[in-house]
Amino acid sequence: MIAYTIRRLLMLIPVLFGISVFIFLIMKLIPGDVVSTMLGTEATEESRQQLTEQFGLDQPFYQQYFSWISGVLVGDFGVSLRTGKPILPDILSRFSLTLELTLLSAFLSWLIAIPLGIIAAVKRNTGTDFGVRVISLLGVSVPNFALATLLLLVLSLTFSYYPPAGYVSLLEDPLKNLQMMVLPAIVLGTAMAGAVMRMTRSTVLEVLRQDFIRTIRAKGASERVVIFNHALKNAMIPILTIIGMQIGVLLGGTVIIEQIFSLPGLGQMVLTAINQRDFPVVQGAVLFIAFVFVLINLLVDLLYSYLDPRITYK
Amino acid sequence: MGFMKEIINRLKQDKVGLVGVIGVALVIFIGFIGPFLSPHDPTEMYKSHTLEGPSAAHWFGTDEFGRDIFSRVIEGAKVSLYVGLISVGIGATLGFVFGLVSGFFQGWVDHLIMRIMDILFAFPDILLALTIVAVLGPNLRNTMIAIGIVFTPVFTRTVRAAVISVKEMEFITSAAAIGVKTHKVILRHVSPNILAPFIVQITLALSGAILTEAALSFLGLGIQPPDPSWGSMLNASRQYMEIAPWIAIFPALFIIVTIFCFNLLGDSLRDLLDPKLKS
Repeated sequence: MIAYTIRRLLMLIPVLFGISVFIFLIMKLIPGDVVSTMLGTEATEESRQQLTEQFGLDQPFYQQYFSWISGVLVGDFGVSLRTGKPILPDILSRFSLTLELTLLSAFLSWLIAIPLGIIAAVKRNTGTDFGVRVISLLGVSVPNFALATLLLLVLSLTFSYYPPAGYVSLLEDPLKNLQMMVLPAIVLGTAMAGAVMRMTRSTVLEVLRQDFIRTIRAKGASERVVIFNHALKNAMIPILTIIGMQIGVLLGGTVIIEQIFSLPGLGQMVLTAINQRDFPVVQGAVLFIAFVFVLINLLVDLLYSYLDPRITYK
Repeated sequence: MGFMKEIINRLKQDKVGLVGVIGVALVIFIGFIGPFLSPHDPTEMYKSHTLEGPSAAHWFGTDEFGRDIFSRVIEGAKVSLYVGLISVGIGATLGFVFGLVSGFFQGWVDHLIMRIMDILFAFPDILLALTIVAVLGPNLRNTMIAIGIVFTPVFTRTVRAAVISVKEMEFITSAAAIGVKTHKVILRHVSPNILAPFIVQITLALSGAILTEAALSFLGLGIQPPDPSWGSMLNASRQYMEIAPWIAIFPALFIIVTIFCFNLLGDSLRDLLDPKLKS
């Protein structure tokens, strides 16, 4: 397992290299250049030349890449064109919010989806099962921005509720922070809840049909033991797969949710940087998010072997 | 043709799938025929009728510029379908070619293609689409290109997996053994036999593409005003929805129902075409 983990970590290197090249290349496709964006059209040739040299834009393409990536490797993501401040500290401080939002919505969706999925499987072809299936399909079909808009509309019209303005971090005031985060987390987690609910129902159903479950039942085990100690444990691999995939979706979804609820996270940072054409920030933040996304997928892969001892890695 | 006939016959027996088929057919009808029947020009502003509620003249009410929401929603359906079909067309074509080449020839070509797909897979969909649109510039054409690129890896993987399982079958090895040329083996024997997972993927990708377009437009990076898109309509509605809820409700309902119907159809097709569930 340790050898496998190390090998998987080493395999990350070419993928991360590819990601960084891709992001760098795509940023180079942008019409116009950084210098024009910063100085505008009225700049003198001399000031243009000075800034071009300062950013190393007069160097060959591969040298520009290597100077950028060698900076990234030591934690220097460059500076923002708008503020002139280093990018990484801003990414890290905003990432804490995005991570909190992602984890909270994942937690809330599991809390609801896994029990409902199990109930639907156990009560197959009943009204409860049908209800859960409709809810789960609606969950995956309602776009988070549409749900957020409708939810805010209903809450404001019916209860005169408006999301609190201004962000308070978890460390500053945990209770107020939670009040701010619950609604965005619910909206963000709805699609994941739908997907996890569907997967839980279908895999638990599949496991319940297997021979070993019949044997356990024949030995007199209670239904609770059958479901929680045996069926659920064996159904966890596909559920975990969908959870791993959905965490990436959640991470992407934060771009929209943070915008709607005015939360100063990493997603909002990317969007603001795109609108301001602050491309070093876009480049750094997108690289960071892709890195986290790849790490999450690796963690999910490693969890498989922990959950299912039959899976061995050679 | 026999394959399509089999799908249609099986869908007829699946009630949930049938709801999906009817829903999708309705959306397609609204998208393609609707604009000819809509009562108003979707971009025309009736300055004296701003933010009016639903009435006989304006079935879904009017927006902050006095534009007819019903006509805009109908036009939005056309835009959504157009973007969905073209962008999935781009993704599916690229994915089909890459997957076919990758799965059939394997070796270094396979390795190269799949590593590129791994890189594209390393980004959350919306973030990749957002970045590409930001680079190319927000408009209809670039939105479709961006979504097409986002969906290429999933098609490549689906087709590659199907090709690998099919190419070891006896009828393929026999065809190669009797001297059928490689391109004929691929086109006449391999391609028709990988259609089932490909079609399911197309249906699921269509809802994903419509969703991504709506999300991009919601963020202001997709279809640009004054052209209507469900996403941009919903975003614009947020300022006025408390005094005129209809400007948010109708575009939201259309997005939800459309995605729901495509998902129903995709789910049914997946179940119908899954060999494990056939019995």
